[in-house]
Amino acid sequence: METAHDKIARSKRVRQNAAFWTFRILSIGIAGILFWILGFIVLHGIKAISWDFLTKMPTEGMTKGGIMPAIVGTLTLVAGSMVFAFPLGIMAGIYMNEYAKEGFLKRFIQVMTNNLAGIPSIVFGLFGMSLFVNKMHFGDSILAGSLTLGILVLPIVIRTTEEALKAVDDSFRIGSLALGATKWQTTSRVILPSAFPNIITGLILSIGRVSGETAPILFTCAAYFLPKLPHSIFDQVMALPYHLYVIATSGTNIEESRPIAYGTALVLIAIVLIMNILANVLRRYFGKKVKTN
Amino acid sequence: MKFLRKFTEKLIEGLLLISGGLTSLIVVLIVLFLFREGLGVFGSPSMENSAVLAVNKSNPVKSLTAAQVKNIFDQKITHWNEVGGTKDTIILFYIDDISVYYSDEQIGSLDSVPARLSDLIDSIPNMLAFFPRKQLAENFKGRLLPTEQITPGNFLGGKEWLPTAEPAAQLGVLPLILGTLLVSLVAILIALPLGLATAIYMGEIANEKVRRVMKPIIELLAGIPSVVYGFFGLVVIVPLIKETFGLDVGETALSGSIILAIMALPTIITISEDAMRNTPRAMKEASLALGATQWQTIYKVVIPYSASGITAAAILGIGRAVGETMAVLMVTGNASVIPHSILEPVRTIPATIAAELGEAPQGGLHYKALFALGCILFIITLLINLSVESISKRKKGHRN
Repeated sequence: METAHDKIARSKRVRQNAAFWTFRILSIGIAGILFWILGFIVLHGIKAISWDFLTKMPTEGMTKGGIMPAIVGTLTLVAGSMVFAFPLGIMAGIYMNEYAKEGFLKRFIQVMTNNLAGIPSIVFGLFGMSLFVNKMHFGDSILAGSLTLGILVLPIVIRTTEEALKAVDDSFRIGSLALGATKWQTTSRVILPSAFPNIITGLILSIGRVSGETAPILFTCAAYFLPKLPHSIFDQVMALPYHLYVIATSGTNIEESRPIAYGTALVLIAIVLIMNILANVLRRYFGKKVKTN
Repeated sequence: MKFLRKFTEKLIEGLLLISGGLTSLIVVLIVLFLFREGLGVFGSPSMENSAVLAVNKSNPVKSLTAAQVKNIFDQKITHWNEVGGTKDTIILFYIDDISVYYSDEQIGSLDSVPARLSDLIDSIPNMLAFFPRKQLAENFKGRLLPTEQITPGNFLGGKEWLPTAEPAAQLGVLPLILGTLLVSLVAILIALPLGLATAIYMGEIANEKVRRVMKPIIELLAGIPSVVYGFFGLVVIVPLIKETFGLDVGETALSGSIILAIMALPTIITISEDAMRNTPRAMKEASLALGATQWQTIYKVVIPYSASGITAAAILGIGRAVGETMAVLMVTGNASVIPHSILEPVRTIPATIAAELGEAPQGGLHYKALFALGCILFIITLLINLSVESISKRKKGHRN
């Protein structure tokens, strides 16, 4: 015999189950979206990938041949932007977490850094074009593109460094200072080494971000079609994301260059995927190491 | 030795301070460069300086707006009284029409074209002539007709975006703003329920094992470059929309919204999950101890407690969608008209900048107008950031 109390309890349970299953299915659906996108690109792209595709110049109006200059261009831009963003970002992160005192200045810098992080990438493109390309006369060049991309990831590098430093226990700082070390000695010999793995993880992720950005390089360095490798930092380059955009939307023959588009998308995704997995593996590896100590 | 050490300490601290302040400097520089170029659009006439509009001296019309000029040359306005003049028909004149009025012998050498033009406009009272400025005679007998200057009012309220139109560029950003809002809001309407469901599942329901699988998946979703999303949208979503709704073109606002929803999901999930995890354990346990089920605890305790965090997530998601360029550029069809439904092509602000800046001559009207669009985008994102900042600040105060 079912009492009124049992009825309520059952209806509560039924409602909870219904809600939880809905959430579970929606979550699986979202994971499914990722695998759908990845699977789609991989299945179509893998047919285009070959040694020649990765090492040859594009030919016949980008409908045949490889994407070597785009790969080299993207790597150059990543390297260029990192040369700029890593040292400055890490130094800024150290300042914010170790040196800056609570107060107006720190708060102000925090707000500005957050704002910089929120600016859309196309605005960075406008800024890079007007400052580096036109005002400083770098022209459309690797230099202008790298600086623009560097500014774009600067907030990410700063934030990662800050988080990594925050994770270092205060006893390290106090102990080192108590032994008579100066602030910089403490920071450089005690804090930085123990925060290093986390900093590196963040840097790897920012490399992934830079290699996929298109809008900031549209007007600062990207070349539509340039079947040769760059010789100096004042040369234009092709880049993977821009190349994908061009052959997907405005190439000479969109239908014929589809296989190349799939291949390019796969290479681009592979870079991002590898960076992500690398960062995750490192995080887990170092995370375990710290725990066993 | 001690002095040297102290000196290096100070030096290093100074260097660190400078790099710390660098982001602020960059933001200031961005504002400076963006607004210096962008504000230049206001106060300039909507016609390029290299050409002129001229009328007979007796014509009472003082000036024309850019929209009027366009309608006259499209022959939608055919009489002077529609723009504040006499009842007569407007006689349009392009420079090529000169052979209609004069034979080759009458024109003679090319040098006499300006004088002929001057005579012609003087003799036909209802003529509206459009010709290059270099053909303007020194003692011109007609009157140059100025076009209305571009003001913030007609820039923001203008209903047409035809920046390369002749004779007068139509710089109205209303269709672009509406397009951006439409695509972003629909994207958030799709993404918010999905994102919240996933955040609740990951934060409150799933066990640690599932969380450890879901977390990297969400991170990867955030890591995929926007141009790859755009490409995926172009080859998968666009044809899908086209077939489902039986449209002529699949590049619609809806396609853009779907792609943007996927792109905004990681932001929404991560931030709202963080907010939910911050619910004090004591609150949850108190609710469970009172006999509430886990689901009742979630929607009566956890969600109300993390409401501000969820709001912040939604706002940041909108911010992400508003600023997104490449994916939207590739799937929304880029028609710069005021959208009437989500199944029509639209064009957003970032997509307009990306598509047109390459062709706009540096320093020209079109170039400045695109920078002004950049300013609008910058202001929108600034507002979004500040509101998120104030929401999270209010929450901190609430807890203390």
